[in-house]
Amino acid sequence: MVDLDYLKLSKPQKMLHDLGQFFARLPGRIGGGLKGLALAVGRCLKGLGLSIADLFTTFKNGDWKTRLSYLVMGSGSMARGQWGRGLLFFLFQTVFNLYMVNFGIGYLSKLNTLGVVETYKEGRKTVYGDNSFLILLYGVLTLFFVAAFIYTWRVNIKQNKISQQLLASGHKLKSTKDDLASLADSQFHKTLLALPTLGVFVFTILPIFFMILVAFTNFDYNHQPPAKLFTWVGLENFRTLLSSGTASYGDTFRQVLFWTLVWAFFATFLNYFLGMLVAIMINKKGIRLKKVWRTILVMTIAIPQFVSLLYVSKMFAADGLINTYLMKWHWISQPIPFWTDPGWARFTIILINIWIGIPYLMLIATGILMNIPADLYESARIDGANAMQMYGKITLPYMLFVTGPYLLTSFTGNINNFNVIFLLSQGKPMGLAGNAGYTDLLITWLYRMTVTDTNYKIAAVIGIMVFVVLAVINLVVYNLIPSVKNEEDFQ
Amino acid sequence: MADKKIPEVDIIVDEKAGVIKEVEQPKKLRSKKGHERRVNGTIYTVLTIMSIVWLVPFVFLVLQSFRSYKLEKGGMVDYLIPKTFSLDNYAFLFEGSNFFSWCGKAMLLAAAVALAATLLTHFLGRSLDRADASRGKTTLTLGAAMAVCYAALAIAAGAVHGQALGQRLVPALLGLVLFTAAGVIFARIYLKQDDKLLRSLPGYVAEDKHEGAKKVATLAAELWALALLCQCIVAPMQASQYIRWYGNTLTIALFTAVIQTVIVLSVSYALSRLRFRGRKLIMNTVLVLGLFPGFLTMITLYFLLKQMGLTQAGAVPGLILIYCASSGMGYYISKGFFDTIPKSLDESARIDGATRFQVFLKIIMPLAKPIVIYTVLMAFMAPWGDYVFASYVAFGHQEGYNVAVGLYNWVNTNDFQNYFTRFCAGGVLVAVPITALFMALQKYYVEGVTGGAVKG
Repeated sequence: MVDLDYLKLSKPQKMLHDLGQFFARLPGRIGGGLKGLALAVGRCLKGLGLSIADLFTTFKNGDWKTRLSYLVMGSGSMARGQWGRGLLFFLFQTVFNLYMVNFGIGYLSKLNTLGVVETYKEGRKTVYGDNSFLILLYGVLTLFFVAAFIYTWRVNIKQNKISQQLLASGHKLKSTKDDLASLADSQFHKTLLALPTLGVFVFTILPIFFMILVAFTNFDYNHQPPAKLFTWVGLENFRTLLSSGTASYGDTFRQVLFWTLVWAFFATFLNYFLGMLVAIMINKKGIRLKKVWRTILVMTIAIPQFVSLLYVSKMFAADGLINTYLMKWHWISQPIPFWTDPGWARFTIILINIWIGIPYLMLIATGILMNIPADLYESARIDGANAMQMYGKITLPYMLFVTGPYLLTSFTGNINNFNVIFLLSQGKPMGLAGNAGYTDLLITWLYRMTVTDTNYKIAAVIGIMVFVVLAVINLVVYNLIPSVKNEEDFQ
Repeated sequence: MADKKIPEVDIIVDEKAGVIKEVEQPKKLRSKKGHERRVNGTIYTVLTIMSIVWLVPFVFLVLQSFRSYKLEKGGMVDYLIPKTFSLDNYAFLFEGSNFFSWCGKAMLLAAAVALAATLLTHFLGRSLDRADASRGKTTLTLGAAMAVCYAALAIAAGAVHGQALGQRLVPALLGLVLFTAAGVIFARIYLKQDDKLLRSLPGYVAEDKHEGAKKVATLAAELWALALLCQCIVAPMQASQYIRWYGNTLTIALFTAVIQTVIVLSVSYALSRLRFRGRKLIMNTVLVLGLFPGFLTMITLYFLLKQMGLTQAGAVPGLILIYCASSGMGYYISKGFFDTIPKSLDESARIDGATRFQVFLKIIMPLAKPIVIYTVLMAFMAPWGDYVFASYVAFGHQEGYNVAVGLYNWVNTNDFQNYFTRFCAGGVLVAVPITALFMALQKYYVEGVTGGAVKG
């Protein structure tokens, strides 16, 4: 299609065309991506080769200090008077060696089987065998540790090489005092990021790696360490979750995934448009008590959700205020099954989420509405546009443009919106295979798998699936939203 | 009638004709006021209805919290307004604890020391510097405010740690050091112009000519902080279940607020202003990690905490650790804010010989007040609503619950059929201070949220 044809299309047609183009280009892009990946791998290999070659030349050209550093990390630095660095290197190597000898090697060697010695009872005494959980966790940790060690070793040698060159050319080396001072200046990022990175590594990256690996094992209620072993099962769990047939995990997974997406769609867009509407109403010229309206609405953000949502969920219960009063007034004869009927439960959740979500969007929209240049409206009014036209041609496009990325994060957040579902319905009514309920999101299902059912292997697979879903959505949307495509539009 | 038809015809004939407007204009002008009034009326109606819907649950919550579980039913009933208003539910929350007498004593002690300290400061300060007459009053007010803050902290500490002396001593001292440091840094950065508050802060060392007086003030303030601490160490509070949960949550929230803010600000500053190898890698890694659901790693985290002895009875420090450890990943909003501060500021300071650390502390931080307050507020509020990790880490150990877990069990476990009104009372006591805090700092919240949304 030529550009001119494209311009003639209406909005929805354009969107469709964009989407079509996106998928048409997808194979090419994937191909390109793969090609890029291959190139990157090639570059990595080449870099690795160079690096190894460099190791040899450094050794050949190095003095005894440099050569000693190959064996004892940091010895070169210490010999040249850089005590701080040298000690750190040396300490790291010592810790690494001690760790490897005492734990690392043992765990690493069992990683392929996750342990073979069963726990058994000898009379009344329990003799513990291998603990698969520990083997897997510390095995992964050891792998990370080894990688870190190799990297540090390489850095250590590179430093020796540089120091040697500097000395040869008559420069002075940095003293420990200089090193420490640089931590507040040229190396300030290291000071700032050291602790956060450590925290993220231990409490996020390591656990995530561990759980991804759990998805390939049979770790569940029948295989609980330390009493029982678990082992690798390959893609078995993925097959279970994606299996076909009714009343299977696969069936439940599809239903829960479908509801998760429907929920995220409504929770995001319904709140978005209603919130924007409310913001426009409050900010309209001539409306008084703006602050009061805003403050009242913001109450639902201020009050902790576990108070407000738990209370509201009880209000809608069969013996809750709403049903009892409706029955007292003889509007209904039976309680409305807000939480016991799948359809009603889903509807009620979306409805209550509006109550929670609108104020948030109202605040955001208010901030943005104030930023829309007033002269746009002025000229539109002179041209005779009515309120609806101005909304459709100015407000909405501006809002969509500015909040495009926000919509994406909000959608992602809603897919993982645990609190609303859990505090309102706990996923009930139950009734799907795999102990899932009709209002369960993937995340609440995962929670129940972990806490109630201790079915860790499936929980891990669900977690990976959530990741896949989110990654796909993010990739597609990032390629479609205008804020990314034409950054200059409204500037 | 006639001119009404003309535009209709015109519309059919030619949509683009400017004639329509000219014909319609006078009529529009005439009805404009009425139209406007009608629109506004509709808007007011909608907003009023919305306000009612928004407030009704909270009004109901408060009303039901006054229904006695002794005289009437504590569970679900079919009427809203209690037959007799009573404070039984609230009394239940404090049952079996010496909370009020303990607080009374703590407050009395704090007030006495604060009074002594301020008097001391006043007279000594007067003799050192007669010109500054307003100091006494300022110090008095601020001294009282600080007393309240410390009392809250001490109460939390007292509520959480009612057992062994060592157990109480460590967190109390840790808290004192952490919050004094945080307070002094915050005050030093943000209270330059009117350093009234600064003077009454413990640990503050004066710089200018009123040095003597300020040192005395500092000393005095430290004295009463210490007195309070003694109270919470020597006389532990007999806490009821609810007070213990509340104390747990308050402690977690206070610690998380300080530590998380430091971490988030460091990360966002580093990623926004500094350029170093691996910066992009870090940002992309965080992006990818963020796509994994947070609860996926629950069992691993539980195991890690268990290895450190931080589950069940040690749930409070364990939760603080969990909340803070990964908080570096939530840097987006404050990074967006730092990005908007012009780089020329840094550069000119660097030319004047400032190190990057000094630029961070003396140039950027003073400008970042709104985002600092936003981060503190968010970090403080989040632990109040966390159910998942709190219940998993405490794992049935009631002493380690936070309010969310405790109150959730009151409404959603069958053993607690009649605890509904007590849940309402407990909820009110949580909601009131949090809401007040939020409303007071609403401005900063709006700033953070809008900034974050616009930049994504």
